Amino acid sequence: MNHRRRMARALAGLAAAGAMTVASLASAQSGDPIRIAYIEPLSGPFANVGDAGLKHFRFAADRINDEGGIMGRPVEIVPMDNSQSPSESAQLVQRAADQGIPFVTQGNGSNVASAIVQSVNRNNQRNPDNRLLYLNYAAVDPALTNENCSFWHFRFDAESRIKIEALTNYMAEEGEAEKVYLINQDYSHGHVVEEQARQMLAEKMPDVEIVGSALHPIGQVRDFAPYVSRIRQSGADTVITGNWGNDLTLLVEAADDAGLDVTFHTYYGGGLGVPAALGEAGAGQLTQITEWHANVNVDEGHDEYREWYEAFAERYPEIDWYYHRVYNQMYMLKAAVEEAGTTAAEPVAHALEGMEFESQTGTVTMRAKDHQIIQPMYISVMDTDVTYDAENSGVGFRTLAKIPASEATVESSCEMDRP
Amino acid sequence: MLETIVFSLLNGLLYGMLLFMLSSGLTLIFGMMGVLNFAHASFYMLGAYFAYTIGLYTGFWVALFLAPVAVGLIGAAVERFGLRQVHQFGHVPELLFTFGLAYVVEELVRLFWGNVPMDYRVPEALDFPLFSLFGTNYPAFRAFVLVVAVVMFIGLWVLLKRTRAGLIIQASLSRPDMVSALGHNVPQVFTWVFAFGTGLAALGGVVGGIQLVTEPGMAFMMGPIVFVVVVVGGLGSIQGALIASVLIGVLQTFALSVDWSLAELGALFGYAVSQESFFATLWYLDTTRIAPILPYLLLVLMLIFRPRGLMGKRET
Amino acid sequence: MSASQTNARALADTPVARVWLQRAGPWLVAAVIALAVPLFMHSSHALTMLSHMGVMVIFALSYNMLLGNTGLLSFGHAVYFGLGGYMAMHMLRYIEATGFGLPLELVPLVGAAGGLLFGLIFGAVSTRRAGVVFAMISLGIGELVSSSSLMFTGFFGGESGLYGNRTVPASLVGAEYSSGLSTYYLVAVWAFIAALAMYLLRKTPLGWMANAVRDNPERAQFVGYSPQMVRFFQFVLASFFAGLAGGLFIIVDEIITAETVGMVQSGVVLLSAYIGGILVFIGPVVGAILVVFLESELSAITNAWLLYFGLLFVAVVMFAPQGLAGLALQWYGAWRAGDWRGSVAARLYAAGSMLVAFLGLVAVIEMAYHLFQHWNPEQPMGLFMFTVNVTNALPWLLAFAVLAAGIAVFIFHARPVMQRAIHASGGDR
Repeated sequence: MNHRRRMARALAGLAAAGAMTVASLASAQSGDPIRIAYIEPLSGPFANVGDAGLKHFRFAADRINDEGGIMGRPVEIVPMDNSQSPSESAQLVQRAADQGIPFVTQGNGSNVASAIVQSVNRNNQRNPDNRLLYLNYAAVDPALTNENCSFWHFRFDAESRIKIEALTNYMAEEGEAEKVYLINQDYSHGHVVEEQARQMLAEKMPDVEIVGSALHPIGQVRDFAPYVSRIRQSGADTVITGNWGNDLTLLVEAADDAGLDVTFHTYYGGGLGVPAALGEAGAGQLTQITEWHANVNVDEGHDEYREWYEAFAERYPEIDWYYHRVYNQMYMLKAAVEEAGTTAAEPVAHALEGMEFESQTGTVTMRAKDHQIIQPMYISVMDTDVTYDAENSGVGFRTLAKIPASEATVESSCEMDRP
Repeated sequence: MLETIVFSLLNGLLYGMLLFMLSSGLTLIFGMMGVLNFAHASFYMLGAYFAYTIGLYTGFWVALFLAPVAVGLIGAAVERFGLRQVHQFGHVPELLFTFGLAYVVEELVRLFWGNVPMDYRVPEALDFPLFSLFGTNYPAFRAFVLVVAVVMFIGLWVLLKRTRAGLIIQASLSRPDMVSALGHNVPQVFTWVFAFGTGLAALGGVVGGIQLVTEPGMAFMMGPIVFVVVVVGGLGSIQGALIASVLIGVLQTFALSVDWSLAELGALFGYAVSQESFFATLWYLDTTRIAPILPYLLLVLMLIFRPRGLMGKRET
Repeated sequence: MSASQTNARALADTPVARVWLQRAGPWLVAAVIALAVPLFMHSSHALTMLSHMGVMVIFALSYNMLLGNTGLLSFGHAVYFGLGGYMAMHMLRYIEATGFGLPLELVPLVGAAGGLLFGLIFGAVSTRRAGVVFAMISLGIGELVSSSSLMFTGFFGGESGLYGNRTVPASLVGAEYSSGLSTYYLVAVWAFIAALAMYLLRKTPLGWMANAVRDNPERAQFVGYSPQMVRFFQFVLASFFAGLAGGLFIIVDEIITAETVGMVQSGVVLLSAYIGGILVFIGPVVGAILVVFLESELSAITNAWLLYFGLLFVAVVMFAPQGLAGLALQWYGAWRAGDWRGSVAARLYAAGSMLVAFLGLVAVIEMAYHLFQHWNPEQPMGLFMFTVNVTNALPWLLAFAVLAAGIAVFIFHARPVMQRAIHASGGDR
């Protein structure tokens, strides 16, 4: 630590840095904070997603601090910009370890997530006194809790196969889809969605025909019209996509522009920018599969959580509280640290393993075998007739089906190396 | 099949026209001043952001005119107080100056407008489907973009070929020394050409920002491809830029719209390569994945075999 | 320099030995610094940063073989860095899978061989012409290779890239590479060897001919050398060293992704070489170290780091086109020649006024970032020694006043005073 300070002082000579160095030293709180490194894109094409996530974490941290913090210590979120780059993220993990930050969290991009897992594993093996826990709030690649599972990794979002499983169950029950088109981003997450959707549709709905599929480069397509015209020509009535961020917004916008009349089954349809971009045109056309959405609070009467939601909207009017899993993650971490009585990685990991937590939507469990959270899931559709609309768009989400935690689960092949 | 061809042409034409609006200014700047302006796409981005912000107060139509003028003035200032200072050191420092400028502009955009894409929408008056073909709507705004691009091309062509100012610019493209010997203030011509070129890029941004996305990464995204258009089209040639833009637009859109690979071609002749073989990657590569590299392949081949580009009068 | 000279005088008896020591002096100093730095910076993050500096030094020096020595402006030099890195990574993974192969210390040579191979292929098509044609071809090849990373996922590892483990291969010297320290020393040794080799290459006939081709290709041709061949050889050698840097890079990071062959990486090496100065050998070294340091540390301190970075670069291009190291050497030379006598105070005064303006600028930028990017701008922020509320007008007025005062003093008083002083002392040549 000491020589870092010295280095910072040397830089203060450059004065550019000086300003903020002094600021950061002055603002250091008296109670030693529990720090969580937030490694996400804060610049580049996905900066909006990283920015929204940061606001969620900051809000949750402030709430916990208002309630007295964790063991009397305040929680601090330390943002680190990885520019959506796996190798940059691997370095940031090292920086977090160096600064003595015990927890890192990340979610956007399974490619980034696997780099972080690798680098956390390596760090924990090489520096046993300075171990880290990786709390994953959104990367859904099944490999992270199966063949590449790690004792140091905990996933608070449902993995991809759970989502597809729930979605195809719902589709089979509803029985409206006849011709399905799969469009996904060309990287591990998109590949998994395509593969799993093919497999599960074939199992559960043998009559359904998959009329086409496309993989497009992630974060690079600016005009989806060519893809939309391919979807149209395939004659599909239903599209399944795991796209997120701009890639989803632009896709549904282009479909709307072209007057494409299909149902979109999405992973992240309620995510940043999509409701605002679609507006009322999306009503009845777009579904999402999530662990929660704002109108669940109304349907199930979670008044305290409504207050939380509204306070967030007041603080950040341009976005909505969307990641319920951030709530789960932060409060489960609080419980685990308090149970372990320390922030050291190993005891906290043991406390998190198998933890049952009463969330608003029901009991959620951190499965000990593979560190995958098991929680109730909701399939919801965009609708105009709802209490909370998303992003002031006039449309919000209405629950179509709630899948209990016991059913929202798949087997894991994880064989974990435990310390 | 017909449907694929028609829509690929329409979509490709649109993308090509956007590219043309973006790069026509650069072909003038590059051709005349020899400045590889890496910040050109940054002016395109500024055009989009200015139009969005101005449009909040005045509506789209006023912004359509004001934003390019405002960006053009900024361009003039950059030339007068930045580039001209660097000019004495040679072309490489000029280029590096614009390189640094691109960073600064992007950061300033992030600072003032934030990281999140702007909610920059199609104006009400153009928000309807123009016609419907094979059951797919063609939005009126897309047609509007095409119209703006065509008007811009005709205007530029008339300006360059039929006016005195155009004559001087034309002359400066091929014989800058003679123009200066004839008593024209070449540095001042440079300033106006630079301002004009950046204004054109900004006009591209005003419509491109709506059609594509208005976000801080948009300049970086478009940066390199602009050079492809300029080089392939030929230095200083507006017609060349138009042809190259449309060519690239249509080529790329076609590659995205059809989903072919060598394997399918082989299958027609009853020939197949095993999935494990060494060439399998190439064999099963579909056109969707080849699409992004096509413009650059074109660039490299053009430079190797015809360095003056399609319509250029002089070597790059 | 001066320290090595006193050493040389004390130790050397014969003139030949003295000349040798004078020449070797800077290298010895560099080696001592490289060996000693980890004593002061030993956290694993700092060691990684130092290792990256070493990698970047090789990379930037290899870039300068093109730009500074041969006058070839490349926008795609990262291609050879990245492809070399991938080759080395495949070797590392091969060793991991089979337990058979090179010791770790020699793995970077695989990267160098990869750089050489691709340098031969792409150099053959791109070095036929110089100038803008070369620059544009290099841009095209750069984009081609980085876009094809999505096509050839087997080689590039797709979006998630490839991982390796540097502790698996055997070591020549019995070192344990799990720590950052031993890795840093490996990088430092290679950086030293590579820098020396590139320095000596400048002294060969090829190096001299490269300069001739840069300055006047026609005349070079009259002397009997083909400019095309000279460019080609320089290009291939530069690719070789870039590949070596790539091979070291994967040992440090143990991960490689397609962005290493991309435009950003090509841009960074161009910036590094130019900021340092492309006409002096030490220039790219200084630039590489500075850029890695800023990238790594400034980004952790301020949100505005990219803006500062861009402004620094623009300022260097506009006011110090010879680069920071070039400028320092120029000043040092002038100072030694006595040109500064009588004007030192005036120069310090001018520098002081610029510093004041700079502090004002920093204040404005930091306050602007707080105002626009903090969720609650009314929250007070720390700025230098003060705590300010950026929603009030006063701090803004003060910051702008400091900025304007600094500039005004410089333009209207400090600069004339400095020019008069230089003129009076006869130093203005």
